[in-house]
Amino acid sequence: MNNEIKNREDRGRVEVSAEECKGCGLCIEACPPHVLELSERLNGHGYHPAAYLGSGCTGCGICFYTCPEPGALTVFTLQAT
Amino acid sequence: MYVKTYQRAKSFFGEFERKPGDHLTTHYCPGCGHGNLHKYIAEAIDDLGLQDRTIFVNPVGCSVFAYYYMDVGNIQVPHGRAPAAATAIKRAHPDSLVISYQGDGDLAAIGGNEILHAANRGENITVFFINNAIYGMTGGQMAPTTLLGQKTITSPFGRATEREGFPLRVSELLATLEGPTYIERVGLFDNKSRMKARKAVRKALRNQVEGRGFSLVEILSPCPTGWGLTPTESCEWMQEKMVKQFPLGVIKDESASREGWNRYRQVVPAEKLPEILDLTKESTEQFTPTDVPGCYRNPSIKIAGFGGQGLLFLGKLLAEAGMRHAYNVSWIPSYGPEMRGGTANCQVNISTEPIGSPLVSRPSVLIALNRPSLDKFEPEVASGGLIIYDSSLIDRAPERGDVEVIALPATKLADEAGSARAANMVALGAYLGRTNLLDQTGVFKILEKMTKSEDQMAINRRAFDAGARFAMF
Ligand SMILES: Cc1ncc(C[n+]2csc(CCOP(=O)(O)OP(=O)(O)O)c2C)c(N)n1
Ligand code: SF4
Ligand code: SF4
Ligand code: SF4
Repeated sequence: MNNEIKNREDRGRVEVSAEECKGCGLCIEACPPHVLELSERLNGHGYHPAAYLGSGCTGCGICFYTCPEPGALTVFTLQAT
Repeated sequence: MYVKTYQRAKSFFGEFERKPGDHLTTHYCPGCGHGNLHKYIAEAIDDLGLQDRTIFVNPVGCSVFAYYYMDVGNIQVPHGRAPAAATAIKRAHPDSLVISYQGDGDLAAIGGNEILHAANRGENITVFFINNAIYGMTGGQMAPTTLLGQKTITSPFGRATEREGFPLRVSELLATLEGPTYIERVGLFDNKSRMKARKAVRKALRNQVEGRGFSLVEILSPCPTGWGLTPTESCEWMQEKMVKQFPLGVIKDESASREGWNRYRQVVPAEKLPEILDLTKESTEQFTPTDVPGCYRNPSIKIAGFGGQGLLFLGKLLAEAGMRHAYNVSWIPSYGPEMRGGTANCQVNISTEPIGSPLVSRPSVLIALNRPSLDKFEPEVASGGLIIYDSSLIDRAPERGDVEVIALPATKLADEAGSARAANMVALGAYLGRTNLLDQTGVFKILEKMTKSEDQMAINRRAFDAGARFAMF
């Protein structure tokens, strides 16, 4: 069952609003499967914003509650259709 | 199909107008715990469905500007006074959700008194106490909660008990009181602690909704800037050092046994107040507004003289009469400690418009019953205003050329009318005689209620008439 899900689609997805991120790095450490990183590029405020590696997100929401900014992170979860 | 599960709370404004050119981020430093707490609170308000009934009391400290973010009712209060303001708001609006949000400088230092008594009274409010062991906003000074050995700009050698005393455990202190219902200390340094913090926030708010009484959550919160650490190092420092001094966990919880414990819900219905205050006998008869010449409309009046000349009474009478002529009114007295003989004044506004402040600093009407009052207040009178002064006591005329002046021998006329102490009534007669501000019959009806005896009333009438005759064009 687990394997099936993994093979098809990730259980979650995360979106970073780069201009709302202050590059504090807390979400990167908090993410259990380590699928976030600080990007090389700078955002408009001069911070290296967080970025999603692109796969492996479980949709746990931990990064959302770790991030101090109201709208920097949005987490999506996979729902059965 | 992916659905948004964790997203920006609706109780945040869509755009923040704090920083020009950046309407999306807060003013908090990277990694600051204030942002996390805002998020947990906003989410909880969303989930309770109480956005339009929430009143957020903004403190002094880094979170002074929370009102730029929280899209709820907001009020910003002086340093440390949030629990007092929250008390008043909650009692006046028992159905609102009132949040007192405070830093450790705010709550534990300057506001120690307020939090102690609000907790002791068991006010049905929710307090969020951000403990970052430092004054963040003012640049990193020592707080009552600063750890031993911790360097701040005001404890540069590290806090030492001999010099700075011990770090204050406010939550434990408050938990010794009977008043509080729920007190818990949480942290913001790892996944587990953050989720516990979120849970405690929700519980503390739900307690209030269910009328269970005073709830306080102390949140150990990173201040990377004040501590001179990175956000990650800050979390480590909290875990290693801060929780030793401030152990996490529930410190007091009587939530379960205090449903509907809300002892301070307003037990007196507002309709009963007139009876309780013995106001039912008071007349509320309204009088028809008079036709007032343009230059005399909506006056700001200063009445000044010696204590004992009846000027506060005169002001009250004007305000009461104004109110009964359907005007907005205000009255405030200003006097020294002496009951008699000191100088005193009162300030009255009578207006068709709402009155912003009861203070009258630029009077359009000055009634001066002694020399010091004329000397002091003549310069304040607005250009085109009116000065009425007691020429039987004041030996000089006003110097201003841009105001209307009535040199009224008030004390002399009052003496002739039966009592020198009725000079205030002479002044009233002169003022109303000249300006037609209020209906004379109405004023007399009110004055009768305020006057002790028939004899006194007869003197008042004669004094009033003398003043009115003197001043009428
Ligand atoms: C009556 C008064 N006294 C002093 C100050 C200066 N002052 C502003 S914020 C502050 C301390 C804030 O520290 P804290 O409450 O811990 O909040 P933080 O900024 O750390 O979030 C002080 C002393 C003030 N604004 N008003
Ligand atoms: S939702 Fe969970 S797994 Fe996905 S990025 Fe955030 S912390 Fe990582
Ligand atoms: S926690 Fe938020 S602000 Fe910090 S790096 Fe992650 S997304 Fe950016
Ligand atoms: S100074 Fe400290 S408390 Fe204030 S915003 Fe910065 S990190 Fe937060």
